[in-house]
Amino acid sequence: MKSMVLVAALGLLLLAVGYMLGLAFMDNGIAGLIIALVIWFFMNLFAYFQGGSMVLAISGARKIGPDDHPRLWNVVEEMKIASGLEKMPDVYIIDDPALNAFATGRDPQHAAVAVTSGLLQKMNRDELQGVVAHEISHIKNRDVLLMTLCSVTLGAIVLLAWYGTRIMIFSGAGRGGRRGGGGGGYAVLIIMIVAIVLAILAPILAQLIYYAVSRKREYLADASGALYTRYPEGLASALEKISGSTIELKSANQAFAPMYTANPFRKNGRAAEDLTSTHPPTSERIRILRSMAGGASLAAYNMAYGQVTKAGKGIVPGSALVGGQTIAAREAAAPEPQPERIERVRETSDLMWKMSNYGQVNCQCGTKIRVPPNYKANTIRCPHCGTVNSMPPKN
Amino acid sequence: MVYAIVGIVVGVILLLLVIWLFLTYNGLVRLRNQTKNAWSQIDVQLKRRHDLIPNLVETVKGYAAHERQTLEAVTAARNIAQGAVGKGVGEQAKAEGELSGALSRLLAVVERYPDLKANQNFLALQEELSSTENKISFSRQFYNDSVLNYNNRIQMAPSNIVAGMFGFKTGEFFEVTAPAEREAPKVSFA
Repeated sequence: MKSMVLVAALGLLLLAVGYMLGLAFMDNGIAGLIIALVIWFFMNLFAYFQGGSMVLAISGARKIGPDDHPRLWNVVEEMKIASGLEKMPDVYIIDDPALNAFATGRDPQHAAVAVTSGLLQKMNRDELQGVVAHEISHIKNRDVLLMTLCSVTLGAIVLLAWYGTRIMIFSGAGRGGRRGGGGGGYAVLIIMIVAIVLAILAPILAQLIYYAVSRKREYLADASGALYTRYPEGLASALEKISGSTIELKSANQAFAPMYTANPFRKNGRAAEDLTSTHPPTSERIRILRSMAGGASLAAYNMAYGQVTKAGKGIVPGSALVGGQTIAAREAAAPEPQPERIERVRETSDLMWKMSNYGQVNCQCGTKIRVPPNYKANTIRCPHCGTVNSMPPKN
Repeated sequence: MVYAIVGIVVGVILLLLVIWLFLTYNGLVRLRNQTKNAWSQIDVQLKRRHDLIPNLVETVKGYAAHERQTLEAVTAARNIAQGAVGKGVGEQAKAEGELSGALSRLLAVVERYPDLKANQNFLALQEELSSTENKISFSRQFYNDSVLNYNNRIQMAPSNIVAGMFGFKTGEFFEVTAPAEREAPKVSFA
């Protein structure tokens, strides 16, 4: 329930900013309050209906079907079953060598999971399952909606504060003079000062609250992910690979950062207790997952969290722990049914070419020729052996 | 005046009690439906496995025709498992366990045929089969999670009062009896 308290605090902050600015400029706090709420409402409306498709469009994600990448599709379906989601989420691939994944969609009926092609290449099946389970947990826990709400509220506060301070700087002095005189002068001055202080502090405070909510939801998604897969090591090992990679995600957007598995804007060498990060430190997340001592339940995660962070208290809400029994983690999956690293790279790059509408001609010498979509001729010469191949029929 | 206040207080308490009753009842029904739904998910995945097997047997036959005995064992186990659908949890679990055992023997045999292991069709089937095994165990896992939730609600105070009033019965866990079935998700395929 701590998340809810933080979200409520964020809402109150918005109301306070609206009220004070209203009082400062229109001598009417309620009017400011209403303006703030109207702005907030329309921003929410837009985010609710457009947020999901927008983040997918910005990141250049492409939707795939079951046959495009059977392993990814199957892993998502496995986690859909394990979490009890009613509808299979849409599956997207982002052509990007960085290792990351995100979930989006306002509710479980309109959900999507997107992973980068880099992730598909580097992760084995258990690790991929861990990452997908983390994302499905975000969907299942309704984190997408929660974080959208938070970021919209944060956005509204920033917007109001920005315009508020600008107006004060350019016209505040004149207005103050006009209204000055009499006993009301002091009151007006105090209101102006409070409004200015609030306009400066509120965006910072809102940002910190937003980060705190985001970090908490990350821990919870890790906990549910471990529960769904019954295999905390999968996600731990995936996070290890992700934190070892130095490639930055090309298409990440600050506003959507909480939706990713790992912070796309992570800088190396950050302090463990960092107030200005959307994600908890990866090393700490890994240590918690590995401290679960053979268990996979939310209670086991809760205990491990308490031990690793030395917070003295858990992170999972008590209502989710009621009547829980010990749940044992499973063994690692058999190593064989998953393709080796090189095959994963080949398989993924084949898919990315295909999705860019490139044709493929297999020459008799074993060379695969990629044909760009705007290649018009009917034949193509193999650069290796010189054989002239005829183009496959376009469909 | 005092009577009016007492009347209002009693009325409010009664109203809250009725609201709580409704909410608890609906919650129990929702959980019961969830367990039923989860149960049908297991059936969906078991059926999917039955459907995959003829295709697998055909593909393997093309490369390893003289493993007739193993292939026939798989087909026979599949037919028995298909026949056991709807004959109760115990029997179905036993038949599916046998099928898993026969499948793992077949896939151990496949080890000896590198040509088969390189066959695209076989690789795709193998991915489907291993994922279906996973889905079976995940749907069973979700079923058991749902039953646990439901049973907790039925047995724990105060919702046990409502459960008793309306005769909600605790659900049965899907326990795996055959040792071969318990091994299933760990089967090595290639």
